[in-house]
Amino acid sequence: MREKPGLLDYGRRWPLRLVMAAVGLFLYLPLVVLVVMSFNDSKRTTIWRGFTLDWYAAVFRDVELIQALVNSLTIAALSTLLSLGLGTLAAIALWRFRFPGRTLVQGGFALPIVVPEVCMGVALLIFFARVMPWPMGLPWPLSLGAIVIAHVAFSFPFVTVVVRARLASFDRAQEEAARDLGAGQWQALRDVVIPHLRPALLAGALLAFTLSLDDFVITFFTAGPDTVTFPVKVYSMVRFSVTPKVNAISTMLLLFTILLTFLALRLQARAEAEKRV
Amino acid sequence: MPEAQAPRRTIIEFRHITKRFGPVTAVDDVSLTIEEGEFFALLGPSGCGKTTLLRMLAGFEMPTRGSILIDGKDITRAPPNARPVNMVFQSYAVFPHLDVMRNIEYGLRMEGAGTAERRERAEAALAMVQLEGYGDRMPDQLSGGQRQRVALARAIVKRPRVLLLDEPLSALDAKLREELRFELSALQDKLGITFVMVTHDQDEALALATRCAVMHKGSLMQVATPADLYEFPASRLVADFIGSVNLFEGRVEVDESDHAVIDLPEVGVKAWLDHGTGASGTVQIWLALRPEKVELHKRANGSGPPTMEGTPAGHNVLKGTILDIAYLGSESVYDVRLEGGKRVRVIRPNLTRWDQEDFTWDEEVWLGWHAEAAHVLLA
Repeated sequence: MREKPGLLDYGRRWPLRLVMAAVGLFLYLPLVVLVVMSFNDSKRTTIWRGFTLDWYAAVFRDVELIQALVNSLTIAALSTLLSLGLGTLAAIALWRFRFPGRTLVQGGFALPIVVPEVCMGVALLIFFARVMPWPMGLPWPLSLGAIVIAHVAFSFPFVTVVVRARLASFDRAQEEAARDLGAGQWQALRDVVIPHLRPALLAGALLAFTLSLDDFVITFFTAGPDTVTFPVKVYSMVRFSVTPKVNAISTMLLLFTILLTFLALRLQARAEAEKRV
Repeated sequence: MPEAQAPRRTIIEFRHITKRFGPVTAVDDVSLTIEEGEFFALLGPSGCGKTTLLRMLAGFEMPTRGSILIDGKDITRAPPNARPVNMVFQSYAVFPHLDVMRNIEYGLRMEGAGTAERRERAEAALAMVQLEGYGDRMPDQLSGGQRQRVALARAIVKRPRVLLLDEPLSALDAKLREELRFELSALQDKLGITFVMVTHDQDEALALATRCAVMHKGSLMQVATPADLYEFPASRLVADFIGSVNLFEGRVEVDESDHAVIDLPEVGVKAWLDHGTGASGTVQIWLALRPEKVELHKRANGSGPPTMEGTPAGHNVLKGTILDIAYLGSESVYDVRLEGGKRVRVIRPNLTRWDQEDFTWDEEVWLGWHAEAAHVLLA
């Protein structure tokens, strides 16, 4: 006789299977529609008229859209690098040192995670308007400075959280062993602590990159007329009409993100395997 | 009594070391010298300050007060990487992302040694801990005992003046522990380096160390050779911590240079010692009697008390009843209740495969000990 299915034995109870299917549909159907419609040979997005790659070609002809995408990727890359550095240092400081007001500082670092994005956006808008205006008319990568700073401000706390969690599993004796064997403080950090943090650094970088890439609200407040990012551009396109061009570029972005995640997972799996073999 | 040794050079000197962590005093005014070539053990229960003392020697903690000298040089405030000592950590702390060879070479790389020299010295160190051919293994492919050896090799390859060992054998199973115990001893002989070990395991300390310091609540209780610690403990605390002991309250009645008589009011018997106690007659003292130094004698048919070697009749004997027997293979432990209710522990080696005298539960017995078996404690 077969054992009765357990309470949470999802695969073996049909009502739960139904719920699972519904959830899956709810999560992925919109994406499937988005991808399918990017190949639709029609100006309207909702009715299927036949297969075409025209919209992909149209994307590559749209200089403004490409510029926005390049902007977004550049901003994401820069803010990821900065967030990674800043966030890791913050995590190490919080982990290593006991200082007065440590709890306050820790809370302060976590604040951007919980502050509503609109507030953050308005705050940054005022900051860049009144406190520290970002000079206008700078050459290209520098012109993105304000947005990069804004993105670092909201994404480095995520890096801090991830790295801090990883540090909790670090055996301090390893660092002491390095010091004992003749390493200075920096050498011990580089040779022992950083290698231990690698998976967290990877995860933090991915997090920071995706957060930056698809941020709309904060970017909207800080972007100038010549520094349009991809989400902001798509938003402005959608305000007129949702053309399959938007679908096409969204599909490409989706593919890019999946590829990136896949790559990161592969790298991590290989690192694990190297440790084991 | 302490055997006379050729005077050796002092290598480590703790001068009035005190270490406080907030309100807690971990080490309290400890002064201690360790000589070159010693295998020195810091022994004590957890929280007694032994590890803190070792960590101050390694440079991971700074003393609140006092100074530490190595080879006469004050290194109290020197960073860990500027001290001629290397440590084997309790968790081994082998670097998990480096293979065995790179683990061992790490310290040499920090010294700036060249590739060829590094390789040569690392190979020699690997051979020293019997891990030839393991150079390209990753740490998580090694057993606990092998990781321990890697940690050892990584430390000795630096040719330190002093090797520090933090509970070196505590994480290993009993069989391996015994094996590595002999190896550590042999390694020290071969290297001639001074070893300082921290342990809470008295067997480990007795088996390995040439000298031990017993610590309790941050203070040194006694510093002596293992044999002296066991046979001549300085206090009840040390006597009780090192092995097990039967303690009797007593008063010195006669104290001559060649013998002493101690009244044990607790059990209504007088004890005869073959040496003077050096204690004035009135003070309260304690008589310490190790379980294996107590003999069991039959009391069948109302036989009178035996006369113990070197003692006048009627001394050093007690009446009791066997409450319990624990057979431990190599020896048996007897829990004997005296007539007054006091319990005495007796250990007899199992010299034959079954007990020829057949001592059994609830049997009435005589306990006796030789004139030189007991030790007088003043504290």
